[in-house]
Amino acid sequence: MMKIDKDKLILGAAGPVLALVSAFLLTAVVLLATGVDPIEPIRLMIENASYEDVQVLIINQTGTYYLAALAVAIGFRMNLFNIGVDGQYRLAAMLSAVVGAAVTLPGPLHILLIVLVAMCVGAFWSGIAGILKAKRGVSEVVSTIMLNAIATALIAWLLLPKNLGVQPEGSNDLTTGDIAESGWFPAVSMGDSGEIYGFTFVAFALGILYWFILNRTRFGFDLRATGASESAAQASGVDAKKMILTSMLISGAVAGLAGMPTLLGDTHTYSLSFPVGVGFTGITIALLGRNHPVGIFFAALLISFLDKASASLDQYGYAKEIATIMKGLIVIAVVVSYELVRRYGIRRQQQKVGEELAAGGAMKTEKEVAA
Amino acid sequence: MRRITRIATVGVASAALALSATACGGKKSTDTGSSDSTKAGTTAAIAYDIGGRGDQSFNDAAYAGLEKAEKDLGVKGAEAEPTEGESDADKVQRLTELARKGNNPVIGVGFAYAPAIKKVAAKFPKTTFGIIDDTSVTGPNVANMVFNEEQGSYLAGVAAAKASKSGKVGFIGGVEVPLIKKFEAGYVQGVKDTNPKAEVLTQYLSQPPNFEGFAKPDLGKAAAQGQIAKGADVVYAAAGLAGSGAIEAASTSGKWAIGVDSDQYNQEGLAKFKEKILTSVTKDVSDAVYNLIKSVKDGKAQTGEIRYGLDKDGVGLADSNPEYKKMAELIAAVDKAKADIIAGKIKVKTAP
Repeated sequence: MMKIDKDKLILGAAGPVLALVSAFLLTAVVLLATGVDPIEPIRLMIENASYEDVQVLIINQTGTYYLAALAVAIGFRMNLFNIGVDGQYRLAAMLSAVVGAAVTLPGPLHILLIVLVAMCVGAFWSGIAGILKAKRGVSEVVSTIMLNAIATALIAWLLLPKNLGVQPEGSNDLTTGDIAESGWFPAVSMGDSGEIYGFTFVAFALGILYWFILNRTRFGFDLRATGASESAAQASGVDAKKMILTSMLISGAVAGLAGMPTLLGDTHTYSLSFPVGVGFTGITIALLGRNHPVGIFFAALLISFLDKASASLDQYGYAKEIATIMKGLIVIAVVVSYELVRRYGIRRQQQKVGEELAAGGAMKTEKEVAA
Repeated sequence: MRRITRIATVGVASAALALSATACGGKKSTDTGSSDSTKAGTTAAIAYDIGGRGDQSFNDAAYAGLEKAEKDLGVKGAEAEPTEGESDADKVQRLTELARKGNNPVIGVGFAYAPAIKKVAAKFPKTTFGIIDDTSVTGPNVANMVFNEEQGSYLAGVAAAKASKSGKVGFIGGVEVPLIKKFEAGYVQGVKDTNPKAEVLTQYLSQPPNFEGFAKPDLGKAAAQGQIAKGADVVYAAAGLAGSGAIEAASTSGKWAIGVDSDQYNQEGLAKFKEKILTSVTKDVSDAVYNLIKSVKDGKAQTGEIRYGLDKDGVGLADSNPEYKKMAELIAAVDKAKADIIAGKIKVKTAP
């Protein structure tokens, strides 16, 4: 038993490691080809990341990315591609900010209300895709992409001052009004370096919950089974359609949470400059982290590192898009290397089984001979 | 056994994260070089808006101001670009880093910097912070540089109505945000006041938070082609870099284009199409940036709201196109409108 686990672990780690190494090498090649020193930008990034305030940024970003990637991963485990995490995240952040700004409640209740609204909105938005998939067989890839675009338009409309938006005096920004201080999530202060959003820790706690539900509950088993083979799961008594809808709802609810670290910890309002694209980065991270809570954590940390450590590269005369190139290469490398490792794993397994069979067969012949 | 180990891994990972900041920290990115750069003389820094340098428009105008200050005043310039989809925290970090390195003033290009400047300005009372297009953050060390874009756009409307033969003119807004609506409001009013029968076709390229409408020339091109197909023969694009696509489309079909922010007739990137750039609504961001840097260098740092309108030539219409200079009637109408606005006889709306 233990030996097989070790094999699995090595094979599991081989994919990401292979991907990262080749992505870094390819980046170096790209940099060389464009006549840029390939080592210096990376050294600068590592140096940047050793500063405390940049670390705080990285950790906060990791929390946000972690939630987005969990949302994607839940879908992935079910063989559902929830491309709509970004739309769900934005709509949830916006509407929960509106609700949060509209009411004043005692601290924990206020936060709880905002979080619940965010989860419900996220679930509602992904649920549309879920129902379409379950009832009509509409590909969730198509419907969630469409829903992203619809969310963009809907938010833009809702954010108009004549609807839910507020244009602060003298500002050219549109916001949803400020959430009262009772709705701010307590943060860990790091002194001058900023503060770590408290919700970041909630994000990681959710990672544990995700692992537990997926691996230690009947529901998690059903979900994974349906993901592996819908017809087989159905034959063994799982209501596959219900599973599709449920997992889309959960995925959307978690996507809704992705906006919470920023909303509850920093901006306390949804404005035109609220971060976008988090959901798409989440897809990269879920892929890179192989849908495993620990894997996703390290993947989120890596991508946050690339984001934040590269932010000031341009002040040293290097294009910060180097990090973007690197991220793109990582995604390609991940897909390729995982497939390579998978094939290698299968071949190895076949070999092993073959050997065992051969050994077994040999034993049998011996027995026959003895008989 | 296995179960415990796995749970432990997750737990340890989360805990390690919490500790990592304290454990390996101590120094801040903002510590380095703070002392020597202050000694070296005045340095000014600008932090760009989405699109960054090279947008042929808003950010480039800010850079032009910095460049001029470098040449004329001998100050050293620092620049920082945003990352797409970043949060306020990233902006705070960027401004803090620029301020801690001893740059003074530190200028945030664009209203998106307002929340960040609010936080950082309080921490650095001796540094002057400039923000363009926003007056919502105030402080003793904050200079709010704002423009009457609607006034410049009004003049563009007058020019468009005069230059149009079909009676249809187009307006292309980059992203549907309040700022761009100011451009639209002034333009439409200018057109209607000049020719009440004229029709204005209005189109926005994207909705926030999708800011592609400021960045993608192909969007501007397609929109302009659409308006021209509907009969518009003057197209005014207030769309940052995306506007260059609109200029291209108008120029290739022999229609007039009106540029924005900088005098786009003189821009190298658009030299191929410049004959058909009737005029540009200039927004003198470069001058505003230069003035602020100069005021800090002279020890009389600007603070509070600094409004640039038609009266101070902070906004206006460019006349570099020789074809434009030949249109005497048009120029007369524009000059009259300008005088009326300055005199307060015409009030230009700021929202459509």
